[in-house]
Amino acid sequence: MSKISDRWASVAAGGTKETEQWPTHSFEDLIGSTRFDVHERAHIVVDDTVCRDCPSRECIVACPAKLFVPTSDGGILFNYEQCFECGTCYLVCNKEGAISWSYPEGGHGVVFKRS
Amino acid sequence: MTEFDVDVVVVGAGPAGATAATVLARAGHSVILLERGPFPGSKNMYGGVVYPRMLDQLHPQWWEEAPVQRWITRRSTMVLTDEQAVSVDFRSQKWGSAPYNGATAFRPDWDHWLASKAEADGATLICSTTATGLLRKNNQVVGVTTDRPDGDLRARVVIACDGVNSFLAKEAGMYGEVDAANYTVGVKETIALPKEVIDSRFGVRGRHGMDIEVLGGTSGVNGGGFVYTNLDTLAVGCVLKLPKLTAQELRPEEIIDRFKRHPGIAPLVEGGEVQEYSAHVIPEAGLSMMPQMTGNGILVAGDAAAMCLAAGLWLEGVNFAMASGIYAGEAAAESLAVGDVSAKGLAGYERRLNDTFVLRDHKRLHRAPEIVLSDRVQHLYPQMIANSVERMFRVDNPTPKPGLIRVLNQERKRAGLKVRHVVKDTLDGLRTFG
Repeated sequence: MSKISDRWASVAAGGTKETEQWPTHSFEDLIGSTRFDVHERAHIVVDDTVCRDCPSRECIVACPAKLFVPTSDGGILFNYEQCFECGTCYLVCNKEGAISWSYPEGGHGVVFKRS
Repeated sequence: MTEFDVDVVVVGAGPAGATAATVLARAGHSVILLERGPFPGSKNMYGGVVYPRMLDQLHPQWWEEAPVQRWITRRSTMVLTDEQAVSVDFRSQKWGSAPYNGATAFRPDWDHWLASKAEADGATLICSTTATGLLRKNNQVVGVTTDRPDGDLRARVVIACDGVNSFLAKEAGMYGEVDAANYTVGVKETIALPKEVIDSRFGVRGRHGMDIEVLGGTSGVNGGGFVYTNLDTLAVGCVLKLPKLTAQELRPEEIIDRFKRHPGIAPLVEGGEVQEYSAHVIPEAGLSMMPQMTGNGILVAGDAAAMCLAAGLWLEGVNFAMASGIYAGEAAAESLAVGDVSAKGLAGYERRLNDTFVLRDHKRLHRAPEIVLSDRVQHLYPQMIANSVERMFRVDNPTPKPGLIRVLNQERKRAGLKVRHVVKDTLDGLRTFG
């Protein structure tokens, strides 16, 4: 049996797939869209020695700014710079003393404009 | 005797703080409105809709100057399963003219505007200053410490409008145990699209806009999604219950990405650059998590007092913040006038909260957050509803049409819902929402 042409096969199959695909942005692009006026003093301090004993590590999946990253040696790498100051990390943390949380110095930290 | 720098310090220039400062300044009191961001609203994000009727008295004709993106004239509640979407879609042209109903606005614009109104009425706004703790004397709050050099700020009354994390209310001992289960995190993308594209995708014109609240679509994490139209951007995001978020593998931005790819959402939101990515914690549990509202020399308002109403059909917060700010301002003015700023002297605040929608709505709907975020409402009813609707509308010739009750009953079973659950949930729902 002969086949129909590719052009009509694609029409028959529902045409373009443009509604299913559009460029995925990287997390870096996403967070790069938000402004942060970083202060030199870290407003959140993570005691990585406590984290080493933590089996659940809720912060890694929950922090919307992706600031908690597991290291290959079983620790947690934390960066305060692109922080939304939302409080998710200390709320989900199950380890007493792992996260010391405060707000950044006045005038610093996240600056929302279109949210 | 303590010398005071000011009659009242209001901590946080969000919608609660700005309205409290306005009321107090108008009553002739000296007020400092402290804001830790470089400008009011710079730390604030939300889903995207504000219901401003509390401003009718405070700022008559507010709609002529408020920085609104669009007036909501179309509101849709949507239930999503993996491949289905069921919507209840409502439209009213009345909501497109004064005094309006809801509006989309950027919080950095809205809060900035509202705080500028407080300044115009005589409040002193001090930005870029973080309140770091309370000043206390004999069991009475007498001001706050700040991160400025020599930064103690002594005040007869402190109004804590310092947001969902309220370290001031916690330091004052007004909160019980803080439980992550009472909180959700809201994450959102602000996506730029031409105004004409938004108008045609959402079927609105001019400054009219649409509000879509979604149950389901959050990759199995209890919560919800939303799409709101701004003038030439969309606010697209998800609200995720913290203990459910940490019990699985997907990160918040991945959950939004999947939400955006749902066949019921994708055609609305695809294309466009992300202009801003934002996140904020939401006090979701309503009445059951609220702190003590009044202490000696201190009042708590807005998110700091956990006043968000997350009741499924209604998702509100800024209106509760503005109302509680107004009532806190009135009560503080009253107590200063009679010279009693103890908890007893400030009791007019709670009386006002109890007498108005602020606590009446929360009391009536006190079980709603639990019901809306329950596993059955989140995961089983959406299946049952969507499958039932699909079968009702599917023309299955030559099979004759089935009866509705039979379909509902079969789909209830298929979703794994027991009759006693449905009876219980229906009664609970009626008791709460009825």
